[in-house]
Amino acid sequence: MIIGCPKETLTGEKRVAMTPESAKHLQKLGYDCIIQSGAGAEAGFADAAYDKAGVTVVKTPAALFKQADIVVKIRGVSDKEQSLLRADQTVISMIWPGQNPDLLETFKSARSNAIAMDMVPRISRAQKMDVLSSMANIAGYRAVIEAGNQFGRFFTGQITAAGKVPPAKVLVIGAGVAGLAAIGTATSLGAIVRAFDVRPEVAEQIESMGAEFLMLEFEEDGSGEGGYAKPASPEFIEKEMALFREQAPEIDIVITTALIPGRPAPKLWPAEMVALMKPGSVVVDLAAEQGGNCDLTKADEIIVSDNGVRIVGYTDFPSRMAAQSSTLFATNIRHMMDDLTPEKDGQITINMEDDVIRGATVVHAGEITYPPPAPKVQAIGKAPAAEKPAELTPEEKAAQELAEQRRKGRNQIGMLIGGGLFMLLIGAYAPASFMQHFIVFALSCFVGFQVIWNVSHALHTPLMAVTNAISGIIILGALLQIGSSNQIVVILAAISVLIATINIVGGFMVTRRMLAMFQKS
Amino acid sequence: MSTNIVTAVYIAASVLFILSLGGLSNQESAKRAVWFGIVGMALAVSATIFGPQVTDYGWLIPMIAVGSVIGLIVAQRVEMTGMPQLVAALHTFVGLAAVFIGINSDLAPPAGLAGAEKIIHEVEIFLGVFIGAVTTTGSIVAFGKLAGIVSGKPLTLPGRNLLNLVAVLACVWLGVMYLNHAGPWTLYLMTAIALIFGAHLVLAIGGADMPVVVSMLNSYSGWAAAATGFLLGNDLLIVTGALVGASGAILSYIMCRAMNRNFISVILGGWGTTTGAAQEVEGEMIATDVATVSADLQDAQDIIIVPGYGMAVAQAQGAVSEITRRLRAAGKSVRFAIHPVAGRLPGHMNVLLAEAKVPYDIVLEMDEINGDFPDADMVIILGANDIVNPAAQDDPNSPIAGMPVLEAWKARQVIISKRGQGRGYSGIENPLFFKENSRMLYGDAKASLDQILANLPS
Repeated sequence: MIIGCPKETLTGEKRVAMTPESAKHLQKLGYDCIIQSGAGAEAGFADAAYDKAGVTVVKTPAALFKQADIVVKIRGVSDKEQSLLRADQTVISMIWPGQNPDLLETFKSARSNAIAMDMVPRISRAQKMDVLSSMANIAGYRAVIEAGNQFGRFFTGQITAAGKVPPAKVLVIGAGVAGLAAIGTATSLGAIVRAFDVRPEVAEQIESMGAEFLMLEFEEDGSGEGGYAKPASPEFIEKEMALFREQAPEIDIVITTALIPGRPAPKLWPAEMVALMKPGSVVVDLAAEQGGNCDLTKADEIIVSDNGVRIVGYTDFPSRMAAQSSTLFATNIRHMMDDLTPEKDGQITINMEDDVIRGATVVHAGEITYPPPAPKVQAIGKAPAAEKPAELTPEEKAAQELAEQRRKGRNQIGMLIGGGLFMLLIGAYAPASFMQHFIVFALSCFVGFQVIWNVSHALHTPLMAVTNAISGIIILGALLQIGSSNQIVVILAAISVLIATINIVGGFMVTRRMLAMFQKS
Repeated sequence: MSTNIVTAVYIAASVLFILSLGGLSNQESAKRAVWFGIVGMALAVSATIFGPQVTDYGWLIPMIAVGSVIGLIVAQRVEMTGMPQLVAALHTFVGLAAVFIGINSDLAPPAGLAGAEKIIHEVEIFLGVFIGAVTTTGSIVAFGKLAGIVSGKPLTLPGRNLLNLVAVLACVWLGVMYLNHAGPWTLYLMTAIALIFGAHLVLAIGGADMPVVVSMLNSYSGWAAAATGFLLGNDLLIVTGALVGASGAILSYIMCRAMNRNFISVILGGWGTTTGAAQEVEGEMIATDVATVSADLQDAQDIIIVPGYGMAVAQAQGAVSEITRRLRAAGKSVRFAIHPVAGRLPGHMNVLLAEAKVPYDIVLEMDEINGDFPDADMVIILGANDIVNPAAQDDPNSPIAGMPVLEAWKARQVIISKRGQGRGYSGIENPLFFKENSRMLYGDAKASLDQILANLPS
């Protein structure tokens, strides 16, 4: 079959869904690749590069749609392209089926299949084809770069001959993929980064990226399905606003990434916050396309507030890094094709039993198959809620500890008394010479237990070898008997000396050999 | 050399032995500690030889010379994967020596014993020979199982627990007769029964319980030495025997706890019964290939390797070490997670990895690394099965329920190198293999790793 990639028709869209690199992989799967002339030009991939990778370059979209059995794109098909669709053709691109029901109808009437990359379920197995994550990653990075572009100062603090420069303070709201990418980028540029999210379980991720998690003292878990956030209660929002109000005067750069699936973006950074910020500060609103997290945001524009705060509302961050985003997008598509081509024979198989493929396929065999049924596997393991044991008061805790100590004490006293009685029993009957040896024995057992507990687990094999060697001390018994007048005794003692010596020498030597191997890096 | 000086030397030797065991608390002090042991042993043996009680050197010197040469050769030749067999074989010697010394003491009893002292002495002989005999054949069978000469499957004779009980009761009865001077034949008959008992005891225990068995025999060999010390009235033997006995007992306890098994149930052999049906495992095993794994390895940053007995069998530790070196050179974090019962001897995996020159500071214990699995990009499981089985935590009906396991399934991706689709030692299904993020790499571990190695930049 032939995979074709047309030039994107939307103005300002610089990305391309197939790169020379991804084309090579697709060819390994048994497909022939074609591309529309100039499709990759804006992302830095010339026609010649595609040609070199074995991709046929065609002139017009019409020719491409005519030849290709599978069309890969970034954006869903435009009006002009819709007329070019043909039966049994499969289109793989972003489709946003929830927002574009008409587009689904178009696919249906053309009897072509549509696979929406934005509908890939968020499960571990499908991460490799999750374009939303890979694009969000780029958006987060680019948001920091754009902010730096608008921000008149360094990110990192410096002490120079010309004076001291304080580090920039960055606040990231929403620690999804984009938020985490932004945290990582801002941290590596040297800024002090704080981050906020309604889902308490992301605190660890935020801290792992080097930012400080702003805790909200409130009992509400904002985690919704599929690892996204859900809308918050009014009380919660009030607390949140109070927290932001505290932060706003200090913060130089705010990057907002808060989105709730299927709803307009929550207004987390209202005009009053902007008013509190210092002149020259920057707000980058990654949610601009969904209405923005900031009241003042205007999509695709930079506006300057009355107090000199710049608010960046670009919606095309990934496209601004077309080379990078094309590479990642094309790789996501290639992984999707991997799964769609189980036999690696260049034939596409839309297996509706597969959770990932089922979830992404929105039109199949003339039927609209959106929305998909809930996936069999829960998307992202939710931390079991409310497993906290009831908080104990200090008195209860103390009482518990006391009871525990008493129990332990009783056990110990019981054992001591039992052991003591046993000793008395032995002492009552055994001769004095035995008792002397018995004291030595009991103390040695005790010392042995104390010492061995400290042996590190990694050295258990050497421990066995060395105890083996020292248990060869039994040779002493044989040595004492070897001078006997009884011939059998002499022979048995001689054999004992022999094997005990093997034990001693063998045990020590092998221990030394082993220990010498343990090396530090 | 007077008796008092000999005793003084014995005290020094005891202290040195204790220091020698105590020094094993970390790798660096351990290298010094082994010398304490060697010096202690040399002092004790030479003090005895030149002491007042030894007068005849005719047999002694050649025997020690021959024994030393054999010991040296064995220690030099043994493969590190063969350590469990060697340890088991050495236990045999201690047990056998204890038997011989006990019988000797019966043949030529020390003069001047009467009354309670004589009875105590006879009890000591009897007990020493019994423990020695059990250790001897038990270790021979353990050696056979570990070396693959005897089948690793547990031998389950009908009524085996009854047989053991009868054997022990018979020995007790013979002991009573021996104390009543029924003649030395009671001692010899008991020795024969104890030899059979020891063999049967270990034959009934399965291959993966071997760490417990070997440490248990280690403990027995110590108690045998201590019993010999009692019958000879030699305190150094008692001290050393008690140290070794305690060490073996603690190791057995640690191993049992790591398998969440009761010591008694391990010793009695067979496998514990389960209550109710095990959970059904859903999903399917997904195979992968060397090329994919190599590519994924180059993408991963944080890699954890979980070695098991399969790595030792395939002799794959060299390839593992080289892969580790290259990945670390590429700036990746590579660590090893060792389960306490991985392998056939306590600490077996650590020794194998050390032999292959894997630095010990990246080889971590279960408790140290279990919390890090969720952050790992990739976990590679080499011939391990039960120690990474999530059923131990999820399925209360599983035979291994409650056993502490390495939580490998929490990593982003898990690669399982395995010979085939077979089950682990416990014979239960491992749900890990069916998880979404698991990929099976079938084939011999060493062959697979060598191919991966070829795909990595050097």
